[in-house]
Amino acid sequence: MTSPALTAASLHDMIADLLGMPGALLPILHRVQEKLGFVPREALALIANELNLSRAEVHGVMTFYHDFRETPPGKTVVKVCQAEACQAMGAEKLTKHACKRLGTEMHHTSASGAYTLEPTYCLGNCALSPAIMIDGHLHGRVTQERFDALIEARQA
Amino acid sequence: MAIKVFVPRDSAALSVGADAVAAALVTEAARHNEAVTLVRNGSRGLLWLEPLVEVETPAGRVAYGPVTPECVPALFQANFLQGGTHALRLGVTEDIPYLKRQERLTFARVGITDPLSLDDYLAHGGYRGLRNALDLPGDQVVAAVTTSGLRGRGGAAFPTGIKWKTVLNTAATQKYVVCNADEGDSGTFSDRMVMEGDPFVLIEGMTVAGVAVGATRGYIYLRSEYPYAFRTLNAAIDAANGRGYLGENVLGSGKAFHLEVRLGAGAYICGEETAMLESLEGKRGIVRFKPPLPAIEGLFGKPTVINNVISFASVPIIMDKGGEFYRDFGMGRSRGTLPFQLAGNIKHGGLVEKAFGLTLRELLYDYGGGSATGRPIRAVQVGGPLGAYLPESQFDVPLDYEAYIGISAMIGHGGVVAFDDTVDMAKMARYAMEFCAIESCGKCTPCRIGSTRGVEVVDKIIAERERAANVQLLRELCDTMLHGSLCALGGMTPFPVLSALNHFPEDFGITREGIAA
Ligand SMILES: Cc1cc2nc3c(=O)[nH]c(=O)nc-3n(C[C@H](O)[C@H](O)[C@H](O)COP(=O)(O)O)c2cc1C
Ligand code: SF4
Ligand code: FES
Repeated sequence: MTSPALTAASLHDMIADLLGMPGALLPILHRVQEKLGFVPREALALIANELNLSRAEVHGVMTFYHDFRETPPGKTVVKVCQAEACQAMGAEKLTKHACKRLGTEMHHTSASGAYTLEPTYCLGNCALSPAIMIDGHLHGRVTQERFDALIEARQA
Repeated sequence: MAIKVFVPRDSAALSVGADAVAAALVTEAARHNEAVTLVRNGSRGLLWLEPLVEVETPAGRVAYGPVTPECVPALFQANFLQGGTHALRLGVTEDIPYLKRQERLTFARVGITDPLSLDDYLAHGGYRGLRNALDLPGDQVVAAVTTSGLRGRGGAAFPTGIKWKTVLNTAATQKYVVCNADEGDSGTFSDRMVMEGDPFVLIEGMTVAGVAVGATRGYIYLRSEYPYAFRTLNAAIDAANGRGYLGENVLGSGKAFHLEVRLGAGAYICGEETAMLESLEGKRGIVRFKPPLPAIEGLFGKPTVINNVISFASVPIIMDKGGEFYRDFGMGRSRGTLPFQLAGNIKHGGLVEKAFGLTLRELLYDYGGGSATGRPIRAVQVGGPLGAYLPESQFDVPLDYEAYIGISAMIGHGGVVAFDDTVDMAKMARYAMEFCAIESCGKCTPCRIGSTRGVEVVDKIIAERERAANVQLLRELCDTMLHGSLCALGGMTPFPVLSALNHFPEDFGITREGIAA
């Protein structure tokens, strides 16, 4: 993913409406990631500046939360639930299959940059397990065949 | 007149193709020149039947499911718009035993109404509770909640009325109401179903709390894994603001209540209430020491009511029908109903709201229909990742908070995750430790270090290395975590581990006496 160079002005525009919120840091980090796909290193100092925090504080918050990425993700982000209800229905096998099919390990992006594979701990779809999320879309009862079909549909 | 057809918008239904079914229905209706009104309702909670399509007929709503886009033309041929016979026909929805035998108080409207229609909400008894609350002084609202016996549905089961009373009696220039919608427990989805299927009931419950204790601002802390709920809640809040049910002057009462949704960022520990407050304040989700109680010094240091989604969503019916009405359901000190969630390896997974006091066996077999794989159910985890694994010998213990504590288990948020006899309980114990290590906030050593050590020790047991000695070590680690952790993440991770060890010792290669087998 190529993102235009982040300047103080462009970051300010991106988050201006959030600056007045009490406890604005999480909404701001979400916004930046929503717009850029990740939270680039250079954004941290700019955010810190906007909120009168130190860069270390912003970095500390950002790294505490599993959601925020420091590097650009692949074109498609696939999250496979690793929690108990999905394990009970074969999440482990599905995860292995996903790694093979997408050509990457958990927490990584495929060499082609097409896919990022991430673990997640419950998607609230535990009665229709195993569950996965592809770019924010929830899928249930995901067999290996269905996984492949969903990935192909995403590419199309 | 156009015939009403219902296709859920609940994300579980969407996860198995409800949108495609809805699209196919619209196309096919046009082809047949049939006038249909498509309603995107919440889910009835019969999740194994999703996408569950309903048609409004003179005899009541008739259900078909699970429907695929491919079978839609056949449904039209079978005259399903008139409730016609077809292999997927399930009969009148309300008469389906799974639903008929439930006691739906909190979930009274879920699956029935259009979640985003405020008029539908009003037509089904919505906002009667708030109107009653606005006519009463705060302490009488709190008294009704206390009378109901409602205890926190987020896990700890603390009496809701007592919490509200503390906030009411603490003088402050600003107070807050915070809804814990982090729903991090695996095997649970009742919060999600309410937020997607009847968001106004949560908004109403929080508004009642606000006007009762004198809080003018509310936040819903929603986990980021729930993007569908995020959109639904925001749309519902906009609608409520637009019609004066939220805002500067709630229903002309002169009282203000402003509500906002905030997203978490994938940290299980932010479900712990003080870590959640830190997160809402824009900080790392590190657990706070208590005291001070959040009811006295909570969000931004101000008195704060914190409750789970289901706790708040149970308030409107209490304020509508009275605390006694709610209290008359249940057993012992577990009053009212709990929406149980049947998940994992279960044939009929879904949501079952029942009064406390039924048994796990009833849930697993009378409702759940046994395992999905058809093999015997061997272990059931109740109450999320910090809940114990129950063997079959405990399936008849009544689901009551105290009875569960009596067997070192926890009802928690009501999640029930079934495993068949292929489960390896040593692996599940390892996972419990691993999850704790991944999600620990790092504040205390027994949790942060103990969980990582726990994974290593279970690995040795699995690798058959000095099993008896390592099992002993694992027990000691659990003991340290139980007694030396600040919050329940470190303090209760031992429950799944020890229950696995105690009830399924053979999976650890030892006998019940702890001797290497
Ligand atoms: C590690 C941990 C995770 C928790 N996660 C949740 C959660 O996801 N949702 C929730 O409502 N309560 C959760 N709780 C319980 C909250 O700390 C708190 O008791 C609850 O929000 C209070 O609301 P209630 O009284 O209505 O249950 C969690 C507690 C701990 C220790
Ligand atoms: S027990 Fe774990 S999660 Fe809880 S406060 Fe201690 S380190 Fe943090
Ligand atoms: S455990 Fe996987 S969706 Fe809940």
